[in-house]
Amino acid sequence: MPAIFTPKVITANALLEGDVVYLTQDDTWTRNLKDADVLTDEADAQIRLIDASARTSEVVGVYLADVSPGKSGPKPTHFREAFRMRGPSNYPHGKQSEAL
Amino acid sequence: MYRYTDFDATFVAERNAQFRAQVERRIDGSLTEDEFKPLRLMNGLYLQLHAYMLRVAIPYGTLSSAQMRQLAYIAERWDKGYGHFTTRQNIQFNWPTLRDVPDMLDALAEVQMHAIQTSGNTIRNVTADHFAGAAADEIADPRPVAELIRQWSTDHPEFQFLPRKFKIAVTGSPNDRAVTKAHDIGLRMVRNDAGEPGFEVIVGGGLGRTPMIGKVVRDFLPEADLLPYLEAVVSVWNLLGRRDNKYKSRIKITVHEHGIDDIRARVEERFALLRPAFTGVDQQLFAQIKADFAPPAFADRDTGPFDLAYANDPVFRSWADTNLSAHRAPGHAIAQISLKAHGATPGDATADQMRVMADLAERYGHDELRISHEQNVVLPHVHKADLPAIHAALKDAGLATANIGKISDIIACPGMDYCALATARSIPIAQEIATRFDQLKLEHEVGDLKIKISGCINACGHHHVGHIGILGLDRAGVENYQITLGGDHTETAAIGQRTGPGFSADEIVPAIERIVDTYLSERDSAEETFIDTFRRVGMTPFKTALYGESDKKQKAA
Repeated sequence: MPAIFTPKVITANALLEGDVVYLTQDDTWTRNLKDADVLTDEADAQIRLIDASARTSEVVGVYLADVSPGKSGPKPTHFREAFRMRGPSNYPHGKQSEAL
Repeated sequence: MYRYTDFDATFVAERNAQFRAQVERRIDGSLTEDEFKPLRLMNGLYLQLHAYMLRVAIPYGTLSSAQMRQLAYIAERWDKGYGHFTTRQNIQFNWPTLRDVPDMLDALAEVQMHAIQTSGNTIRNVTADHFAGAAADEIADPRPVAELIRQWSTDHPEFQFLPRKFKIAVTGSPNDRAVTKAHDIGLRMVRNDAGEPGFEVIVGGGLGRTPMIGKVVRDFLPEADLLPYLEAVVSVWNLLGRRDNKYKSRIKITVHEHGIDDIRARVEERFALLRPAFTGVDQQLFAQIKADFAPPAFADRDTGPFDLAYANDPVFRSWADTNLSAHRAPGHAIAQISLKAHGATPGDATADQMRVMADLAERYGHDELRISHEQNVVLPHVHKADLPAIHAALKDAGLATANIGKISDIIACPGMDYCALATARSIPIAQEIATRFDQLKLEHEVGDLKIKISGCINACGHHHVGHIGILGLDRAGVENYQITLGGDHTETAAIGQRTGPGFSADEIVPAIERIVDTYLSERDSAEETFIDTFRRVGMTPFKTALYGESDKKQKAA
């Protein structure tokens, strides 16, 4: 039996601002993980990744990140993705300040 | 201080114009990221977790007040009002946007600064003893040497695509404050039996995944042979160094695989070939550079105000005892400004703090500032009579923490709060340790103790050479911290030994406390430092304190 596919989102850094972005269902980039499209099918995820990676004039370093889906949107499963979603822990900079 | 020549200024301006065009071409799509990345790295621009990061060189750690003010201006104009000083005498801005970087580089060029070769597989910013030109124990000022190497290595056509990065450090003092044995090349300025100046050349040191203490490849290199010899070392490695595996590409691995004798023979052969090509122009240049580093005129004044404040003000006395070092000129001192206020981010300074430090340097310190590899700022030349006023100004700016060399004077890399390579956070661990020992009021009782923290195996936080080293790793999706003990960053350099299994983020500060408690109970007197006690008693009591007696028995069973 193949391994169960962990749900994923497509994420990258924006070319101009350098901040973290996620791919939405309609193939736009969002700054909020909760608006990201959660991919549950491996074949679909790979194709979306290839297409997103080709958008080099918008983003840098596109990859698939594990998430756990929830009612209020996907949540990161690894602490690295949690920091990318929030910002650094020593100052209220980055996304955590923009959400205020 | 060294002043740019017209050649230097033109070179930096041209380079900035090139990079501005490269950024434009990246934005308009003419350059792919794969094409752009090596170009931006050569100009100090990284893409980190949350944003771009611009790493600016502070050559041999020396800054004028005007340069420090410009860093403050850049921090406010294009960043979030602060900068982060690093273990390689650089300053990093954590939040620039891509379009702003060319303007930031032009602003740097206005004060004769740049970000060239602060990254990429090139010869990086050359570092030096932060007490250069001031220390009482110094044989010669290492900064002219570092400046000569900078000019030789900058845009050197043979060395722009090396197997990996290459780091050089220079010290002019027998007490090594530049960690020369943990660099690709370490240079110790020495004199031979005839009294002639030269270098002991150390090669193949480095930290990271495979830590190595550098080995002496030439015990005396005459001063005039420096550049051809360096060129020989780098070109031998450029050919031999492994490009197939980035973990085996640094010169420390090349030296390890071939042996120091084989490397020495190859270097000498290459040196014999290269030496005639250096016809003395380098030595003329060196002489000019040396003149730029002539020591300032040190005034002969009464130290009365210092003596009075020292006798009457315990806060000043504590700061003076901890943060001052011996200066070569009578009545003078080297004052270290701690960027390690308890609970603050190690190495960070706000724009306002930068301006305060710039003002103090201009008014009292012959217009000089230094950045240490320990992420502090130094006023290298101050008269003792001015220290009470300096201390008062520092206190007002939150810069008067009296902890240099103590347990809260922690080196910490940016870790996973910023760095894309990190496997765990460093900064919060440093903040918690400093806060904890400040609460316990144990800092001065514990005395000299170097804690160094890295958030990944690459060891930017120098954890291998910390008396206590902490390495943050990702263990099955959880931050985990390994401890090493007995590391030494000085002329008696040593790599620390691992204590055993790591600790979680919640357990690491109590673990450090147990290590410190063990030291306090094991030391034979208050004069025996942590590292001396460790060398005398060994690992066992510390292991027992960390893991208990049962651990060994369980493993034996």
